Amino acid sequence: MESSKVIHALYNDDEILLDAVKAVKAEHHHIEEVFCPFPVHGLDKAMGLAPTRLAITAFMYGITGLGIAIWMTNYMMIQDWPQDIGGKPSFSWFENMPAFVPIMFELTVFFAAHLMVITFYMRSRIWPFKEAENPDPRTTDDHFLMEIPVGDNEEDLKALLSKTGAVEINVVDKH
Amino acid sequence: MSHYEAPIREPLVLGDKSYHDITEDIAKPIEGKANKNWYMAFYISLAAMLWGFGCIFYTVGTGIGVWGLSKNIGWAWDITNFVWWVGIGHAGTLISAVLLLFRQKWRMAINRSAEAMTIFAVFQAGLFPIIHMGRPWNGYWVLPIPNQFGSLWVNFNSPLLWDVFAISTYLSVSLVFWWTGLLPDFAMIRDRAVKPFQKKIYALLSFGWSGRAKDWQRFEEVSLVLAGLATPLVLSVHTIVSFDFATSINPGWHSTIFPPYFVAGAIFSGFAMVQTLLGIMRKVTNMEEYITRLHIEYMNIVIILTGGIVAVAYATEFFIAWYTGSPYEYYTYLSVGAATGPYWWAFYSLLLFNIAIPQLLWIKKIRRSFIWSFIISIAINIGMWFERFDIIAIVLSKGHLPSTWWRFEPTFVDVGIFIGTIGFFFVLFLLYARTFPVIAQAEVKTILKSSGEFYKKRREQGIPTKPEIKVAKPAAKKESKSDKKDKE
Repeated sequence: MESSKVIHALYNDDEILLDAVKAVKAEHHHIEEVFCPFPVHGLDKAMGLAPTRLAITAFMYGITGLGIAIWMTNYMMIQDWPQDIGGKPSFSWFENMPAFVPIMFELTVFFAAHLMVITFYMRSRIWPFKEAENPDPRTTDDHFLMEIPVGDNEEDLKALLSKTGAVEINVVDKH
Repeated sequence: MSHYEAPIREPLVLGDKSYHDITEDIAKPIEGKANKNWYMAFYISLAAMLWGFGCIFYTVGTGIGVWGLSKNIGWAWDITNFVWWVGIGHAGTLISAVLLLFRQKWRMAINRSAEAMTIFAVFQAGLFPIIHMGRPWNGYWVLPIPNQFGSLWVNFNSPLLWDVFAISTYLSVSLVFWWTGLLPDFAMIRDRAVKPFQKKIYALLSFGWSGRAKDWQRFEEVSLVLAGLATPLVLSVHTIVSFDFATSINPGWHSTIFPPYFVAGAIFSGFAMVQTLLGIMRKVTNMEEYITRLHIEYMNIVIILTGGIVAVAYATEFFIAWYTGSPYEYYTYLSVGAATGPYWWAFYSLLLFNIAIPQLLWIKKIRRSFIWSFIISIAINIGMWFERFDIIAIVLSKGHLPSTWWRFEPTFVDVGIFIGTIGFFFVLFLLYARTFPVIAQAEVKTILKSSGEFYKKRREQGIPTKPEIKVAKPAAKKESKSDKKDKE
């Protein structure tokens, strides 16, 4: 991959960062990434990030879990090995359904929660033995880092960033 | 105005703190050395745990006969402990999930430890049904897997099987919820670690968390959805545990109010255990400025509420047992028979510890006192253990057939396993308190400006939370090409 130059602008306050992101956006610069030590409310909107669809996946996974619970109780209790328990024979799934509600509920939650979290880990590329990719260790403490690709507008960008309150501006080669 | 909070609200973070101070405070117990008290507590817990493990091996090697139970009182000491531990677990999920849905900021100082408590408590709970099987190596029979017995499946009509699903879902979802919240905090420890080994471990634990804006957006959504899923889940778990009793035909157990009453009792006992643990932890790890009097008071208010629900449930049970006029109801755990029978001490302990003593919390001074909260929380822990003991041992000691009436006496093995689980629980918690960030620091940082003492005071004086911008000197100039492109 071709190496490209980026500016790393560090901020030490969430409100200043948010205003800076808005200012940089207003000047039509592309913000590659912002690294934060904690969630800054409104940052995703200011950066123009699309809303996440993880909640929708959770719903679909939940439906899957419910379906598996229905299939499982029906196959095991009604079709494969029907029994007459306490004078309540297993003739049809629907008649026995009230006893299966706890299982249906638990499996819905189980599938929705775990598969959503796995999807989150995969999409955000976090898993055991993954190397961290934040360029500066201070971004997990109290600094916020804005990464902007630079072309031939380096000086302009620097001026703009220092005006918005960046405490440190570094130009680095990104591979 | 994003950081506004009504001035009437007390601050949740005390002292003159910056974001970096929070990092320092949370990292300190991990980076420092353990003191003598920690080692003493750890070795005592470890000894208790090993004693308990010895008793478990003895039980498994010899058989359930080494316990004090019998055919009539088949669920004696161990199922009491099972229900007690599961109940304790509930407060953690309540704090992290329900309080998140209600946007309660005070949960942020205590959710991490409360969730840790949940997970460690559910571990202990899970031990008991497995040992109770007598042949724990056949434990996998509770799973719906194809087997060699002629495709004989598990019975989905049984509340005991519902328990298997409920508790395993609860444990695994709580664990994932807890760990996802821990990722940014592990990353914080990782990025400031100096020892290479420590750095490696925390890099592994943090899953390479980098804190991109998109990650945080997803993180918040995942937390919210998990909270939404965990809220009905936590209510379902103790509901299903109460079904173990309520779907039976024993007088005293066959009771429709069990599900809500058990859930309230679980939250009651869980918050008591959180008080017990945090009362010690805030001192030992110097978190007094994060876990404040206000947090203690809020938890005590939840305890009064849920304790009140439990008290009303007891009164209802007592009244209904009497009102049926059925001779079988005469000996249930909340009845005249119980109050005057051989278990009178268990009956009065229940009333004393669970109803009488918690009423002290109506007094504001006591509710806001650390030492009183600690003492009362211990009383509630004892009381809630007696509740489960009474429900199981008193009810079963006098069944439908008077010739089977029998009195339960625990053996040293019963007691030993219980003590062992308490030791195991504290071993896990003490290790946790030394190695994990005990407060969700990333979340606390988000409320520092709205609820921190320093910023609240400044706001009252009319100083904005946003610091003034000091324009930094432009970074050292390179050989400037300075072919500026103009842009609007």
